[in-house]
Amino acid sequence: MTEPRTLIMGAVAYDPKVVTIWEGFKAWFAPAGLAFDYVLYSNYEAQVQAHLAGHLHVAWNSPLAWLQAERAAARRGRRAEAIAMRDTDRDLTSLILVRADSPIESVAQLSGKRVGVGASDSPQATLLPLLHLAEAGLEPHRDFQVVEHDALFGKHGDHIGGERDAARALVAGTVEAACVIDGNHLAFTREGTLPSNGVRVLAQTAKYDHCNFTVFDDAPASLVSRFRELLLSMSYDDPVVRPLLDLEGLKQWTVGRTEGYAALGRAIDRFGSIDAFLAQVG
Amino acid sequence: MPESAFVDLGDLPLGEGGHLLLKRALWQAGAGERVRVSGSASTLAVDLAPWCRQQGHELLELVTTEPGVSATIARGQALGARHRGAERAGHAVASRPDAVVDKPPERWGLAARGALVEAGTPRFGFTLDDKDAVWTDDASRLYAQAVAAQWDPATAIPWAEAPALPDAVEDAVVQLMTYLIENETAALILPARFIARLHPHFREVMQLLAVQAADEARHIEVFTRRALLLRSELGLSTAGGQASLATLLDEPDFALASFLLSVLGEGTFLSLLGFLREHAPDPVTEAVARLTARDEARHVAFGMAHLVRHAGRDPALLPRLAAAVERRHDALANTAGLNDEVSDALLLLAAGSFEPPALRQGHARVMTLVADMDAGRRQRLVRLGFPEAQAEQLSALHTRNFM
Ligand SMILES: [Fe+2]
Ligand SMILES: [Fe+2]
Repeated sequence: MTEPRTLIMGAVAYDPKVVTIWEGFKAWFAPAGLAFDYVLYSNYEAQVQAHLAGHLHVAWNSPLAWLQAERAAARRGRRAEAIAMRDTDRDLTSLILVRADSPIESVAQLSGKRVGVGASDSPQATLLPLLHLAEAGLEPHRDFQVVEHDALFGKHGDHIGGERDAARALVAGTVEAACVIDGNHLAFTREGTLPSNGVRVLAQTAKYDHCNFTVFDDAPASLVSRFRELLLSMSYDDPVVRPLLDLEGLKQWTVGRTEGYAALGRAIDRFGSIDAFLAQVG
Repeated sequence: MPESAFVDLGDLPLGEGGHLLLKRALWQAGAGERVRVSGSASTLAVDLAPWCRQQGHELLELVTTEPGVSATIARGQALGARHRGAERAGHAVASRPDAVVDKPPERWGLAARGALVEAGTPRFGFTLDDKDAVWTDDASRLYAQAVAAQWDPATAIPWAEAPALPDAVEDAVVQLMTYLIENETAALILPARFIARLHPHFREVMQLLAVQAADEARHIEVFTRRALLLRSELGLSTAGGQASLATLLDEPDFALASFLLSVLGEGTFLSLLGFLREHAPDPVTEAVARLTARDEARHVAFGMAHLVRHAGRDPALLPRLAAAVERRHDALANTAGLNDEVSDALLLLAAGSFEPPALRQGHARVMTLVADMDAGRRQRLVRLGFPEAQAEQLSALHTRNFM
């Protein structure tokens, strides 16, 4: 099979800025000799299916979409690879917050309480914190009530709205605990969503990784390798890419790694989160 | 190994201003250096890692120290990236050497003159970007003067002191006001158009043109108000008058437009407004003529100042200015010039009545006005550098519509 001339990337349009970002990178890749184009999907499930069907060569995947792609590929005897990620995709944690004046001092005391989470498919604001509680002996829905804050299902929690709603519910007292990614604790404090000294960190998950560029083993090798090489060469000192890196939320692209998805793998095994999807794609 | 810098946040959370202390310490530490940070805020332990990640710093170590935490951070490359390759856009104080450059680059955009401009700014397309064509060192002084000389139409003009005039005289005033309003409108639109094209690096010129446009807005207001003081309708606007103004608005070149509008047009208006003040039939007309003339003198001064400088640097300018006057004259050759209604109104005001001796005197006064206008134009043309004979010839070609 001859190699295509243009590398096609898939991304999920969780925000209008996604167009600005990829148009910008496309314009930056061209003079560097990489013909690049992108296709936008409204949800990760559609993107993973399109990727499996060969409509695109590389997918900018959420951690959950990575596992969907990896497992669906494995069922077909194919292999997925994470070729690159942002510096800000590494070593994240999620927090379970309670109000500062809450009598709850330990995870066990969440028994029978309401725990606010983000979108049901959000790794950072739902699946990983719920796994943390489950592995500590508290089974979601059985031992405590899960209160979802769904912003844009299918976008795997990329939109910040669900987490903000969970934080607001905590402040308003309609939940006893709320789950957010660590960086959003800082962001919600700075924007005033979380009042000064208003919350306490009850628990923190182990470190995990976030998005990556995923390819399958039949991807056009030299295009993918040029793409990866160019990503890794981008410098925050370059005034042309700096605004794009700012929009995408990174300072430097780094090589991909997959160890950071182990916890999320356990979560979806435990909760059966992607079983229906895998059954559907066959 | 050198002792690393140390910052103690006390009980201040990172999200409530603590990041400023940390950022300052990292900034002072220099590239690649380490900073130790400690604090007792309960959330510091969970906030430090994401903050470092987002800012591109490396969190090397995080130790719990009851109460609170202590951490070591290595400053990343990204801090200060906006300053690398940034460029100083001249200097804010125009009188400093090299403060105002000859050709400010497009990439400086809207940045304040004197700001440090990050690389990668968008392109704005300010096409009026040649210092020779727009600049005068007088702009700053004229701007200050203009701001100090702003007057409030509500209080500066004795609106209540308008006596009932003979019908014909009041008609004449209303007709003159109608004519003045359309001229002021052209005088507002022209600088406003050039402001939109002017590179903001020439800040004082931009500000001066903005006040000039605001002056004209006020002139439109007071002329309108005087016209409607005793009447409910305005006078006649003629096709010839508008044709003359259209040739002004059609001029895309700043130097040429400024020459036609400010030096020749507003210069001529100085005489006209002086005449109106002198022969005003009432204190309101006297006041509006006096106050607007004061502003016009400044508009003329700016036009003269930048054109004198421009002509001194570009020997091709004077022939271009002369050609513009000739071109405009040709374009207007088949139009009526000043309308009869306006010239009759001027005569009647100068006469004060329909008595034949008064009319004869009024006519003589209008002849003096026309001669004054011509003398003023010739004098300004000579100051720009035209020889006497050419100044006389060009002045004669100026539009009969005055503006
Ligand atoms: Fe005026
Ligand atoms: Fe004026």
